[in-house]
Amino acid sequence: MLDALTVATAVAALALAAWCGWAAYRDQPTKDWHFIGMAVVTLLTLVQLVVGIVQLARGEKPEQGTTIFVSYLIGAFACVPAAGFMSLAERTRWGSITVAAGGVVLAVLQVRLYDIWGG
Amino acid sequence: MAVPAEEPRTPGGPGSPEASGKPGRTRLIRGPGMLLVWLYGVMVVGAVSRSAVQIATEFDKAPLAYSLSAVAGLVYGFITYSLVRGGERARRAALVCCAAELAGVLIVGTWTLADPSAFPDATVWSDYGMGYLFIPVLLPITAMFWLRGSRAVTS
Repeated sequence: MLDALTVATAVAALALAAWCGWAAYRDQPTKDWHFIGMAVVTLLTLVQLVVGIVQLARGEKPEQGTTIFVSYLIGAFACVPAAGFMSLAERTRWGSITVAAGGVVLAVLQVRLYDIWGG
Repeated sequence: MAVPAEEPRTPGGPGSPEASGKPGRTRLIRGPGMLLVWLYGVMVVGAVSRSAVQIATEFDKAPLAYSLSAVAGLVYGFITYSLVRGGERARRAALVCCAAELAGVLIVGTWTLADPSAFPDATVWSDYGMGYLFIPVLLPITAMFWLRGSRAVTS
């Protein structure tokens, strides 16, 4: 895997979590700017998904298996958008906390992805 | 509001018929409930996909551990469904399942510590869910508080 991309995505995910956590602390729902932030993080995971598939197509093998690697790539890609839609349905601070939790989950997935690829 | 699709789920007061003809259900995914649904959703995906891969590829290595992960995934799935569906019966069912989940985490967690040889590979509930940031043990407690509180608000 592209380590720089994994680190960048994890840092962006944690930044998103902190930003939405701050919104929740101030008792605010997610706003347009937060959704732009989610779009940026989602774009990173999309790039990661493409890079991962390209590397598999080139014949490189993840250490812990291709199936698990691809599942985690898809999970990482779906994580933040899913939380974002839930925050659209919950226009209170709890929607913001949900996105913050999504960011933390994505950061954990990045650590796992790093392990699965074999660091 | 931007969420017309969610409107029919709001309680319509005692006896007031909904557009669909069904009695109004208590929404369980307001406020903190939304966060719970998200975390349970993550656990469903995590536990079900993990056990599916492991049972399909290496079931003989640790049949007990993988079966327990699958059961955990089913319990999480049912709780998520109950929370999203809403209503008094779903609330009670979810409460029972959360208690079962908590018991499962505590029993399996203790079991993995007391007799590691029975578990050549980890389950979702190994070591009280340490591999999942202890979410498996924290989630049912939080959910039970939330579900108990929902009754006071709606009745």
